[in-house]
Amino acid sequence: MTSELAVETHTLRKLYGRKLAVSDCTLAVRRGEAFGLLGPNGAGKSTCVKMLLGLVRPTAGTGQLLGEPLGAVAARRRVGFLPEHFHFQDWLSGTELLHLHGRLLGMEAGRLRQRVPELLERVELGRQGRKPIREYSKGMQQRVGLAQALLQEPDIVFLDEPTSGLDPLGRMLVRDLIAEQRQRGATVFLNSHLLGEVEVSCDRVAFVKAGRVLETRDLRAPEAVTVVNVRARSVPRDGWGRLGIQGRRQDDASASDPAKGGDPPEAWRFELPRPELLPELLRLLVDAGAEVFEYTPRRDSLEETFLRVVGHEGDGQ
Amino acid sequence: MKSAVTLIAATTVHQAVRRKLVLMAAVACGGFLLLYGLAFAAAMANANNVINAASRLIQREAASSFMLLGLYAADLLTATIAILAASDTISGEIASGAMQTLASKPVARWQIFLGKWVGFVLLLTALLAVLQGGVMLIAWGFTGYSAPNVASGLGLLWLEMVVLVTITLLWGTRLSTLANGVLSLGLFGLAFLGGWIEQLGAVTQHVRVVQIGIVASLIMPSEARWRRAAFDMRSPLSAAVNFGPFTWASVPSGLMVVYAAAYAALALMLGLRSFATRDL
Repeated sequence: MTSELAVETHTLRKLYGRKLAVSDCTLAVRRGEAFGLLGPNGAGKSTCVKMLLGLVRPTAGTGQLLGEPLGAVAARRRVGFLPEHFHFQDWLSGTELLHLHGRLLGMEAGRLRQRVPELLERVELGRQGRKPIREYSKGMQQRVGLAQALLQEPDIVFLDEPTSGLDPLGRMLVRDLIAEQRQRGATVFLNSHLLGEVEVSCDRVAFVKAGRVLETRDLRAPEAVTVVNVRARSVPRDGWGRLGIQGRRQDDASASDPAKGGDPPEAWRFELPRPELLPELLRLLVDAGAEVFEYTPRRDSLEETFLRVVGHEGDGQ
Repeated sequence: MKSAVTLIAATTVHQAVRRKLVLMAAVACGGFLLLYGLAFAAAMANANNVINAASRLIQREAASSFMLLGLYAADLLTATIAILAASDTISGEIASGAMQTLASKPVARWQIFLGKWVGFVLLLTALLAVLQGGVMLIAWGFTGYSAPNVASGLGLLWLEMVVLVTITLLWGTRLSTLANGVLSLGLFGLAFLGGWIEQLGAVTQHVRVVQIGIVASLIMPSEARWRRAAFDMRSPLSAAVNFGPFTWASVPSGLMVVYAAAYAALALMLGLRSFATRDL
């Protein structure tokens, strides 16, 4: 029976000598989903990906990729990979590079003759495919790298910081390519420190800090934390706690100026464990006598979650 | 999966062509053979003038000595090119990250290493054939002299080159390009020095000095291949009187040839294993 999981790891750990690079990488990535690994620089994201691909041997822990043990050649036949520090055989042209990698993947010559120009067009390199890679800009190299990662229409694509050398148009291209892979049923594993990129492209995201996967969040799930910004007068100071809601006044209470005609509305921020509590909170406020001028629900942004879970950049070391 | 090894070997040769390694080696070989040919022609002309009345046998001795001198210089050039060319191939691709995309393909690590080894051995076999073959052709063309035991002599020089390539690729799995080049050239220098120490010990009959030279040859059995090849290819007269510029007081034994082959095989196995188990 085929596993429902494309990636499954249990407490993967990596020590380089005495330096701990990854202390606990425990992941479960479903087939067909776009999964993001988020964390500050040096958090161990790339080492996690390399362990999944068999490029780095874990010091401890176990895992499977597409139902095969980590590092198995059989799984790599169905894997595409764009490394973070991509560097290709720059003495080859883009077309030659794709043919070489295609042959290493075991693709037939006829299939490659059709697939390579098609992919070069798709990553907007077209005729540039005949130029030597050493004459490519960084963005062009990244595009040809994306093409080699998608050559055999892999079951899972690992993209490690895929937009680091791309301009905004290139970033849109990556977003579209990720969407196309998902449409054809492939799993996408996106490794990035760009929150916006992950938020737009991924279904789920895992936060990594200091080599440990701290939390996994479903970006499409309705039960994600919901935030409500409220502007109201006479807001009760308690009563919402029993619903599991957390509230915090945002403005400075001492700034009220009665001379300007009564108390100004207070600014409050409430965090709800479930969006179903939105009407209940409003009812609670009104029943308690609050005059509500503004009631703006919004989901907790990925940035806020990132800061809550991971902390500020640099804490990840 | 034999095809992966073949593909990587072909890519290694392709890379050497595209990166002008083959062109530069051809220029170096061309320059060397031109210089050697001119010098050979001039030396033989002088020899004819000086020993006008001497026997044909002595003229053949001069041709033999000059040919061995050419083979010795060609051997040093081949060894240097072998080390310099091979020192970057694994370590350079690991450092640049290019190896990551190769190794993430459905290809075993040993196939990558073996493919590169085969590619370099093919390239350097061609280099050896052109250089050593060129020296022998020049000697034959000017004097009609051809050395005895050419096949076994060239086989030993080939084995020396294989030892150097294999050991350089082995270090490349763990060291940076620069460190690899320094270590491999250093070992080659050690073997070179050890060979001469062994000769000196044999001439002065100091057993301990000979032993030091033998230990150096055991650490790096490259120079011993040359000495054995020169011994096998020396002229019949030189062999009979045991005298000549490349007549050794201490000749590496047949066991040393077996040792060098085993050394290369072990280095290849260690290289395959080292590359297969290292993190990329």
